Amino acid sequence: MQFGIFSIGDVTPDPTTGRAPSEAERIQSMVAIALKAEEVGLDVFATGEHHNPPFVPSSPTTMLGYIAARTERLQLSTATTLITTNDPVKIAEDFAMLQHLAGGRVDLMMGRGNTGPVYPWFGKDIRDGIPLAVENYHLLRRLWREDRVDWEGRFRTPLQGYTSTPAPLDGTPPFVWHGSIRSPEIAEQAAYYGDGFFHNNIFWNKEHTAQMVDLYRRRFEHYGHGAAEQAIVGLGGQVFMAETEAEAKRFFRPYFDNAPVYGHGPSLEEFTELTPLTVGTPEQVIERTLGFADTVGDYQRQLFLMDHAGLPQEVVLEQIEMLGREVVPVLRKEFELRRPAGVPSDPPTHATLVAAGPDSPYHLVEPAREHILVDAEEA
Amino acid sequence: MTRKILVVTAGLSQPSSTRLLADQLAAAVDAAVSGRGESVELTVLELRELAVELATTLTTGGLPTPAIAAVREQVAAADGVIAVTPVFTASYSGLFKMFFDVLDPDALTGTPVLIAATAGTPRHSLVLDHALRPLFSYLHAVVAPTGVFAATEDFGSGELADRIHRAATEFASLVVAAPNAVSGFLDGALRQRRSGNSLPEPPPFAQLLAGHTG
Repeated sequence: MQFGIFSIGDVTPDPTTGRAPSEAERIQSMVAIALKAEEVGLDVFATGEHHNPPFVPSSPTTMLGYIAARTERLQLSTATTLITTNDPVKIAEDFAMLQHLAGGRVDLMMGRGNTGPVYPWFGKDIRDGIPLAVENYHLLRRLWREDRVDWEGRFRTPLQGYTSTPAPLDGTPPFVWHGSIRSPEIAEQAAYYGDGFFHNNIFWNKEHTAQMVDLYRRRFEHYGHGAAEQAIVGLGGQVFMAETEAEAKRFFRPYFDNAPVYGHGPSLEEFTELTPLTVGTPEQVIERTLGFADTVGDYQRQLFLMDHAGLPQEVVLEQIEMLGREVVPVLRKEFELRRPAGVPSDPPTHATLVAAGPDSPYHLVEPAREHILVDAEEA
Repeated sequence: MTRKILVVTAGLSQPSSTRLLADQLAAAVDAAVSGRGESVELTVLELRELAVELATTLTTGGLPTPAIAAVREQVAAADGVIAVTPVFTASYSGLFKMFFDVLDPDALTGTPVLIAATAGTPRHSLVLDHALRPLFSYLHAVVAPTGVFAATEDFGSGELADRIHRAATEFASLVVAAPNAVSGFLDGALRQRRSGNSLPEPPPFAQLLAGHTG
């Protein structure tokens, strides 16, 4: 199972001092967090993508390329890559380039973005969010799987005889996740292609998360990629730890109370009850996180949000240290103990996808197409 | 057949004149539906008791607390809704609006609604037609033609009782007729009501992908 960190990259003042980091400091702190993740034995670092203040990560492959050069083992990912407002041609190029530079340690997560004004800045309309995600991702798959692409769609200028360069490393496109909090169409999309599905559950109740993942798993099986329990699932998590629960709450409370999204709303205790947020000892974090598998089934990737709400960099690095040294080793062991035979521990990696060979269904643009034709004939 | 009637009342004081009007409407509706040979199951929702839960739901990006999830189910399962608000600053109260803001946009589609309001002065009487009726039109509810507005002085008049009776009679007709109306539209033209607590099944991907394969 893979464990890692995902960062939104927000510039938020520390509510206890009023001081906000500069953009330069925040960008460097994201890099420091990624390096710390590898140092303490975590598997993944994923960056957000934003095109509006107060966020800094507008250029994910630039940042991930730099981190790739300074790490050996860390899997580099996104949370998320905007499949709606980015040109899929540029995504194909940028992430193939990153694959080559990072020796294949790359996957990415598609997301739509929920900030309305960003869409018109890139010539799009948020009301087309789902059709944009569907069409742009289909083009991306073709660009990574066909040598020459002729394309005429609804959202971008046509292509004639276009070859995306560089081709994916070893002719093998990076593994793709689809992230969505509330749209069942995106779970359906992930299932159709046999891609991974990531539910960022950090602001949601477990009943909702269970419904989204269950839909993805059922449809993954329907489209012939394997049994429902073998579908590739990732979840988020949000924790703050100290030696005692009281100390964790004492330190974290002002950050919670003033946090973007939920600050000035429910109490820390209420939000802990409603969502996966865990503020307490490493043992409490272990127990709560293991419980996620009871909600969604045994899964493959767990990402934690650690650097937000204005927490100082040194505190975030200490937290990641605790996560990597005290929490994740226990989680690795316990999650494998409960995992049924036949349920993969890890999501596909570049190595496993290359090993599967060029004839594996992974290299088809629509691996589910035959299943659909069979279904249609039977009907 | 038992009709589930949900009474939503946004009064804040206790005792509340808004609740008083709600109770009178509920009793009149009970009598009017029973008079048509059907029984009524009345449930009263005091929004005051949900005030903090509503605020929590609104400040967490729409994550419903368990209490809000439960009332969303009640709304989506109701055969009719009696909605009563005090007039605050020339409109329905903020609490009243917060409640309808956390519902699924299809929670009340095609559902009979009786609108009513209380105020300290009769000069607010158009609030029913300028504020409440558009709100429920947006939600695709079927609003009974007669709404009931009660200023403080109306509680001493027989005219209020007459209006309550007339509104309850119209609303009861809509409630009792509702299943027939629905069965007449079973070709799919009528949108399904939803609580918003559970996911709709998405269209098959081939349908989403159609026209987008380049």
